[in-house]
Amino acid sequence: MTALVKEVAVDAKPLVQARNVHKAFDQLEVLKGIDLDVAPGEVVVVLGPSGSGKSTFLRCINHLESIQQGFIEVDGEQIGYRVKNDRLEKLTDNGIAKQRRKIGMVFQQFNLYPHMTVLQNIIEAPVGVHGESRKDAIENARQLLKRVGLSEKEGNYPRQLSGGQQQRVAIARALAIKPKLMLFDEPTSALDPELVGEVLATMKDLAKQGLTMIVVTHEIGFAKEAADRVVFMDGGVIVEQGKPEDVIGNPQHPRTQAFLSRFL
Amino acid sequence: MSTNTSPRAAPSGAADFRDVATAHAPFRYGRLALWLIVTIVVVDFGWIVANNENFGWPVVAQYFFDPTVLSGLYVSLGLTVIAMILGVALGLIIAIMRMSDDRLASGFASLFIWFFRGTPLLVQLIFWYNMSTLFPNLSIAIPFGPTLASWDTNSVITPMTAAIVGLALNEAAYMAEIIRGGLLSVERGQAETAQAFGMTKARALRRIIIPQAMRSIVPPTGNQLISMIKATSLVSVIAMADLLYSVQSIYNRTFEIVPMLMVAVIWYLLITSVLNIGQSYIEAYYGRSDRRNATAAAKPAVVTEEASH
Repeated sequence: MTALVKEVAVDAKPLVQARNVHKAFDQLEVLKGIDLDVAPGEVVVVLGPSGSGKSTFLRCINHLESIQQGFIEVDGEQIGYRVKNDRLEKLTDNGIAKQRRKIGMVFQQFNLYPHMTVLQNIIEAPVGVHGESRKDAIENARQLLKRVGLSEKEGNYPRQLSGGQQQRVAIARALAIKPKLMLFDEPTSALDPELVGEVLATMKDLAKQGLTMIVVTHEIGFAKEAADRVVFMDGGVIVEQGKPEDVIGNPQHPRTQAFLSRFL
Repeated sequence: MSTNTSPRAAPSGAADFRDVATAHAPFRYGRLALWLIVTIVVVDFGWIVANNENFGWPVVAQYFFDPTVLSGLYVSLGLTVIAMILGVALGLIIAIMRMSDDRLASGFASLFIWFFRGTPLLVQLIFWYNMSTLFPNLSIAIPFGPTLASWDTNSVITPMTAAIVGLALNEAAYMAEIIRGGLLSVERGQAETAQAFGMTKARALRRIIIPQAMRSIVPPTGNQLISMIKATSLVSVIAMADLLYSVQSIYNRTFEIVPMLMVAVIWYLLITSVLNIGQSYIEAYYGRSDRRNATAAAKPAVVTEEASH
């Protein structure tokens, strides 16, 4: 189980591969064997009641949480580990930091750097981590701000923005590192209802442009419209998955039916 | 959005009477009386102090810029600056060690803080000064092996080095706890975000965590700096010619004890006042992102809001 599985056909290779992922916090088992493949360009929306382990799984993908069994591979690299002399070895903190550089993440609480302006927030990782020139990074940041509709806010501090604007800046910040994969951890859950729409619109726009996205959310509407695949999790396992019209429109599993019935 | 509902929609014209814009504050005789009493007491006290010949104000004026006093002042200031810089730098390292997952690092840091916070600074200074009685020679050697280099302790530990080492190590223990408190005050999500963006721990600390921690580190550090200036007066016991030592050396000769102490007191007050002003500027700098309408807010902040709905 510890050896890396190399696929033969390059174009068939999924961008994310998770196999038999187990995670426990002390005695509490949160993930009980998750298997999931995500193809390049695919938009996967993970639904499920709170406590189902969906956020934890997302955080395992970029190793913010370590897993206790199984493996997760992103873009051909096993996250958090490497093979040395035919044995699997834990990576150092800096080794893991390198692996995370192609994964963008958007958090529920936005987590913008409050002591930096919007522009500084966006260029921090490209300049400081990816070694981009300041000039290029600023140019790219301005384009991204335009894309999320916040061009005139580049000099503001996060506290001067509404929640929806902050989250759109956070999306631009994650895009600025030109990620191969974007993780969204309940990006609209901390927003006032009237601000959810602007963030979802930005995300739909990204989905259309072929970015690979894994989105943990409670927004059924977004799943219907933007997802290529919907994954329903409950109790630490994937209960059901498939096309949005099947899983949301015609759920097979009683737990999926029970969950979705609350949104009707 | 809703169009302005007029505040004048309230019934009857009598409402105009109650418009708070027309309100006035009543004159408060009690406050005036209190001001007068306090002013009289303060002025009277000042008058008494200024006219009491025992304070020897002419002597104070005469010695205020005395070369001995000034050189003592430079020693006090120099010691403060060097000990503080070393203390903050070492304190930062100890704080990071204390918070580390590594048991060796956090154990060492706890031991350091326990020892240097737990013993009086005066005793530590005397210990450093008398190092030669414990270890007559200082040498670099391989443990249990041959000696590579050796010095006479008395030539290495002068009053100056004893004072710097003593003050800096003691300061480091206090600063470590202040800095640790500051680092802990930064929201956990910030470190996690820096991590998710592939920053190394060192970079995350330097760019994301420490700048935010500064807001809660600066005020107690200002306190520490002021305590440090006064703590330098302790080094007079190890024959270090600081401000207090130099005024003492003068009054031992002239017996003008109170006037000479007034010289020192006024200098200490002047320095701490200057530092207080500096501190308020530093606090304003690190609090800049908190002001809602800072810098770029020249453009109205609400314009883009309505577009989305």
